[in-house]
Amino acid sequence: MSKKVLIADDEPNIVISLEFLLRREGFEVLVAVDGEEALAKARAERPDLVLLDVMMPKMNGLMSVRPCAPIPELASMRVLMLTAKGRETEVSKGLGLGADGYMTKPFSTKDLVAQVRVLLGG
Amino acid sequence: MLNGPVIVTASFFYLALLFAVAWWGDKRADQGRSIISSPTIYALSMAVYTTTWTFYGSVGRAAVSGIGFLPIYLGPTLVMALSGFLLLKMIRIAKSNRITSIADFISSRYGKSHLLGGLVTVIAVVGIVPYIALQLKAVSGSVNLLLEYPDIVMPSRSTTLPVLSDMSFYIALILAAFTIVFGTRHLDATERHEGMVAAIALESVVKLVAFLAVGLFVTYGLYDSFADIFEHVADDEKLRRLTTAIPSGQDFTGWFSLTVLAGLAILFLPRQFQVAVVENVNESHLKRATWLFPLYMLLINLFVLPIAFGGLLHFNGQGIDADTFVLTLPMAERQEGLALLVFIGGLSAATGMVIVETIALSTMVCNDLIMPILLRLRGLALAEAKDLTRLLLGIRRGAIVAILLLGYLYFRLAGNAYALVSIGLISFSAVAQFAPAMIGGMYWRGGTRGGALAGLSAGFLVWGYTLLLPSFAKSGWLVADFLTQGPFGFSLLRPQQLLGLTGLDEISHCLFWEFFVNIGAYVAVSMVRPPTAAEASQATLFVDALKHTRPVGAAMWRGRAKISDLQALVGRFLGPQRAESAFAYAQNLGGVAADELEADAELVHFAESLLAGAIGSASARVLVASVAKEEPLSLSEVMDILDESSQLRSYSQELERKSRELEDATRDLKAANVRLQELDRVKDDIMSSVTHELRTPLTSIRAFSEILRDDPKMHLADRERFLGLVVSETERLTRLINQTLDLAKIESGKADWHATEVDLKDLIEQSLAATSQLFRERGARIALDLPDGLPFILSDRDRLIQVMLNLLSNAVKFLPAGSGLVRVSLRAGANGLEVSVADNGPGIRAQDQQIIFEKFRQVGDSMTDKPTGTGLGLPISRRIIEHFVGACGSIALREKAPPFIFTCLTCRPLY
Amino acid sequence: MHRRILAGERLVAAFLCGCLLFNYPLLSLFDSGGTLFGIPLLYAYVFVAWAGLIAMMAWIIEGQSE
Repeated sequence: MSKKVLIADDEPNIVISLEFLLRREGFEVLVAVDGEEALAKARAERPDLVLLDVMMPKMNGLMSVRPCAPIPELASMRVLMLTAKGRETEVSKGLGLGADGYMTKPFSTKDLVAQVRVLLGG
Repeated sequence: MLNGPVIVTASFFYLALLFAVAWWGDKRADQGRSIISSPTIYALSMAVYTTTWTFYGSVGRAAVSGIGFLPIYLGPTLVMALSGFLLLKMIRIAKSNRITSIADFISSRYGKSHLLGGLVTVIAVVGIVPYIALQLKAVSGSVNLLLEYPDIVMPSRSTTLPVLSDMSFYIALILAAFTIVFGTRHLDATERHEGMVAAIALESVVKLVAFLAVGLFVTYGLYDSFADIFEHVADDEKLRRLTTAIPSGQDFTGWFSLTVLAGLAILFLPRQFQVAVVENVNESHLKRATWLFPLYMLLINLFVLPIAFGGLLHFNGQGIDADTFVLTLPMAERQEGLALLVFIGGLSAATGMVIVETIALSTMVCNDLIMPILLRLRGLALAEAKDLTRLLLGIRRGAIVAILLLGYLYFRLAGNAYALVSIGLISFSAVAQFAPAMIGGMYWRGGTRGGALAGLSAGFLVWGYTLLLPSFAKSGWLVADFLTQGPFGFSLLRPQQLLGLTGLDEISHCLFWEFFVNIGAYVAVSMVRPPTAAEASQATLFVDALKHTRPVGAAMWRGRAKISDLQALVGRFLGPQRAESAFAYAQNLGGVAADELEADAELVHFAESLLAGAIGSASARVLVASVAKEEPLSLSEVMDILDESSQLRSYSQELERKSRELEDATRDLKAANVRLQELDRVKDDIMSSVTHELRTPLTSIRAFSEILRDDPKMHLADRERFLGLVVSETERLTRLINQTLDLAKIESGKADWHATEVDLKDLIEQSLAATSQLFRERGARIALDLPDGLPFILSDRDRLIQVMLNLLSNAVKFLPAGSGLVRVSLRAGANGLEVSVADNGPGIRAQDQQIIFEKFRQVGDSMTDKPTGTGLGLPISRRIIEHFVGACGSIALREKAPPFIFTCLTCRPLY
Repeated sequence: MHRRILAGERLVAAFLCGCLLFNYPLLSLFDSGGTLFGIPLLYAYVFVAWAGLIAMMAWIIEGQSE
């Protein structure tokens, strides 16, 4: 059974590209355009992985990571952070809040796919 | 209603009120909440200058000489312009040396000389006594006049009442008692008299109000206006000559002499020295007094001429003395209340002068005349007494009574011969003697005790001979031949044509001779020998008083003294308790241990200046010398100390300046650092915003490019869609870079501006045409309100279009789909043309209204959609509008219900 | 500091100006016997000049404290 990946980003073009990319790699893809929607979809659909943009309208991306951890059914969900700021503080904040990895925009599609596979355990 | 009991009751009520004010002022001073700490009160207290001489006498003089009374006030006005130099320096010197009288000032300057202090005291007392007589004369005259009401009876000049039935005698006694209560109530004789100053300031207000009331009554009650009075005057040949009677040519010397005399009097009259220098609580008060006191004099003289002419016209040929017009005019018109007010005003003028003058004189008599004699006569006996404060107060009280009785005596002897103004001028001429020694002492190091003694005594003798003796002769006390033939027939010695000098009025004559001998002797004798050590050290203290770092007296003392001896000495004159607390304070301040036995120079100097405040600097010097083993300094040693200290002073000035500069530099550096950090933070924020805005489109571009590269077999439709997206993201990047550069250009002031005449209506229509596609896509309507015929403005057309496009596309972005409405209107507002762009979108919250003008700040949180755009549109618009501020006003944003973005840009029309 | 020195110089100038205004020969220009609003010219001149001088002093001093 294919793994479920949730793409949470507010930039429509980035969503389009990621969606196409991951579909081509054989994942089932869900999309959310803001923090609230991301959290709601995560609870409803229980994706295996979230590609999370750090800066999103309504509930910051970082904030939507935090509630994931304490929710038992989401405990196994992996979080890959996407950040356009690339600042050390942002990254460590995100990792501290429970993200499993991060990628700085713009990223290489190959690296992204590789990271996703690693996080999903091959 | 105007009878004896009423007058007496009114007088006593008024005096009681004054006393209450003084009591309250003293009480507040004791509590440390001074009521006289105000520049206005200081200026009003200086108005003690205007006595009955002004109140009654100005009118008298005006009735004879037109504006001839004015130099008495013009001179002080001119001198007040220099008060920032002269008076300020006197205040500084008096404060740092604890000087309490003009005699002490001169004595202290010339080496703390008893002889000099005594001479100044004698001159002051002899000179001022006629002036005090003048006040007695005025008050008793006004009482006598009022008692005869409703008749107006001039006091007869021939009959002389026995002393015990002469009212003036009792007035003198009452004034003496009043002064004692005012000035020497406290046992400590050193402090200032805050309550008295408060009462004097009140008196100044009362006399001004009273005089203005009479002036208004005469000018607008008896007559219709100033012009009306002078119309009447013009009909009378004799009076008309007064309106052009001004000093010119030969007469000018009289006018000039009066100006000079009055200018010196404002500095050197004992009462002026008392209020302006001794009672000064804060030297910055001098500033307001510089113009407020002259203004007071202007006001109190405003109605002198109308009253004088009114009186002359009214009492034409009735033999009414012009000195009494202020009182007799209201009396003749049956204005009882006004007459009583005038009487109280005159009483104010008299009591104010008498109180301050006798307090000042009694301080001099006590400290510079009697104490030195007592110390010399039975020095040992006096030194053994435990507490001398009562003795000091007793001497002062006795002096007050004696001075007033002397005034009464002069009044009996010579008072009737002279009009008020002439008596006052005798006193002015006497105190003018102090000018060479005082001014010379403050600015010339070379003046010596011998010079000051010679100048003062020579000037005093000339004054007595040319002015005082003639005043006696004119009153019949001396044979009249003395004036006309000269003593023993020596015509060259005629007092008012000395050495045959004719053509001058008596005042100018006296002024010339007394200054001639005074200045001549002062300068000549001073130059005979160099200053002694004591003179040189005091000269430095006085001449350098305004220098940045003042010289200190302590440097000039060398010797040994026991603290206990000094404290006991001070205690005898100030009371043991005050001495104890003062010494504890000083030792604390100087870091001297309380159990130390030997006093250092600082403490000795401190003790001496404490004593100087109580008994004068010369006596203080003698007494301190009596308890200390002193090593006298030679002149060369003093000179060395002075050189050394002036060198030290210049070093320390240099040091102070350097450290001040350093402090300034440090402060500047700190501020610059804070600014830099702030800039750094802002730059950081902007950099991070820019990178974020750059990374986002780059991410899409890279992702699509790699997808296209890795998958050559992609469907054509996908391929075209992705390529289209890459192109639009590239366009977005370009736009971002352009706008960033644009903003940077505008902010750094390097942008090009092309100001042309712009028709705003046309400009708005063009902008709307350019964005019409956007509106159509959103299904939005546009409502226009663009009136014709509005003026053109001067602005940069392309930039304004940029602003309009920004505002319009911004409005479109937030419109509700399908029902959007954008209202664009143009109107002439208060400051120019206003353009408003309003939409029925969600609006902007109050707290966000400033934020949206900041770079890269999009208030996305409240939006349902991620805002599109670079976040630079509004900031650029604002910069553009700001560039035209002045030419174009401001950009403002308001929220309205229903929520509209309401943008308004105001442009001043070109024509 | 410079302000204060300047104010001092201005006051000296006001003093000198006053010395000229209130003395012969300037005064003698106004004893023509004419009137200004019904007031003898000489009186009007002296009081106006006096008030002007006081206003000037006030302006110099109060302006300094700003």
